[in-house]
Amino acid sequence: MTQEVPQTRLIGRLDIKGEHVVKGIHLEGLRKVGQPTELARRYYEAGIDELIYMDIVASLYQRNNIFSVVSAAASEIFVPLTVGGGIRSIDDIVVALRHGADKVAINTAATADPDFIDCAASTVGSQAIVISIEAKSRENEHWEVLTDNGRERTGRDAVEWAREVEKRGAGEILLTSVDYEGTAKGMDLGLIKAVRSEVKIPVVASGGVGNLDHINQVLDPLGAGGADGIALAHVLHYEHATVDELKRGIRAAGYPVR
Amino acid sequence: MPENTIKVIDYGRGNLFSIESALSHIGLEAKFVSSPDEILVPGPTILPGVGAFGDAMDALKSQDIVEAIRQFSRSGDPLLGICLGMQVFATRGEEFGDHAGLNIVKGVVVRLPKGDPNTDTIRVPNVGWRRVTVTQTGTEISSVLDSGYFYFVHSYYLSVEKSDEVLATLRFNGADVAAAVRRENVVGCQFHPERSGACGLNLLKAAFAG
Repeated sequence: MTQEVPQTRLIGRLDIKGEHVVKGIHLEGLRKVGQPTELARRYYEAGIDELIYMDIVASLYQRNNIFSVVSAAASEIFVPLTVGGGIRSIDDIVVALRHGADKVAINTAATADPDFIDCAASTVGSQAIVISIEAKSRENEHWEVLTDNGRERTGRDAVEWAREVEKRGAGEILLTSVDYEGTAKGMDLGLIKAVRSEVKIPVVASGGVGNLDHINQVLDPLGAGGADGIALAHVLHYEHATVDELKRGIRAAGYPVR
Repeated sequence: MPENTIKVIDYGRGNLFSIESALSHIGLEAKFVSSPDEILVPGPTILPGVGAFGDAMDALKSQDIVEAIRQFSRSGDPLLGICLGMQVFATRGEEFGDHAGLNIVKGVVVRLPKGDPNTDTIRVPNVGWRRVTVTQTGTEISSVLDSGYFYFVHSYYLSVEKSDEVLATLRFNGADVAAAVRRENVVGCQFHPERSGACGLNLLKAAFAG
């Protein structure tokens, strides 16, 4: 019996501000693009493999708001849900999971205190801990880790940080290119390849997909050489393509999807 | 208990919200149970579970429900273990040390093989949608298992002693990993039916039909 090549997951990424899904460029200049539950339902019906809800305000008020958004989704959408943004304590994680999230994405709290990753993984299991890495290109094929939607610098090297979060028990990495995010001009193939070749845990690439070709460039052995998941925002929110159209196109190019 | 009620064992280690929502979507109502007396009430039951083996067994022990679950498993009523809830059916588990399991399905929970690093390997944890190979046909559950993709997220798997207790497998880095098991009225699935779209909802229907 031959082993199937794992399918690349197509993941809808919903950046949430207040009652709305928003979209910016380079994580800035946000515009409203829709209502969270409506978009989630549309993507689910078209075959999305997972959804990510990212709280891009991450105030206390907003956190209660995003948990109710996640609960509403979890009650009618039966694919895995990740919630991120403002997750700072074990309590935050437990509350998110109790509201129907399957995983949490952590960035700022992990870079500020890396031991938080070990603690989170040993409390709720690695499978629920996604480390979100926002990376910005510096010189010579190096990328710096940023936090707070690309506003704050950390001085950390993205590839080294990826290795460390794996060692500390992260179950997955959500890798966002701040340079390519929102541009719809394609993904940072060098960044994806550099990180994914250094870790064994799944890497979800995020930022830059505007059309089918951009996805296939990531999966191409001569491009990034693959990704375990690809996050989609712009291409879906602005209806450049539907999830099932993208999947048909990926399959036609010879890459496996569900 | 009303006919459309499914008991869901609450020991603080499950994604109860998702399971309750999925059951509700197919017209079934979750009733959370946490004491031995509640667990022993006749009627179909789910043992959920996310996290680590030893930690889950500790939680079952401290809630004093290990014997009740074992006793219920012999009652003839449907018992469905999901993910870690299936793994703790095993005799023992090797995640973070060696821990005794519920010993409902003979076998050991071991780490997924890494495979040969020189060839294409699947990453551990195994996260994503997979098709499974059905090893026993002829039941409602097996036709659902054969119908599409299911969502997996795990680093360990239940290596079952008796091959006739395996319903479906997943080919993973050279090993045949149990994707679903059955021993009489007890069924376990390594994947998350409550997170596997329409196929998963159909699996839940099949597990509790009739």
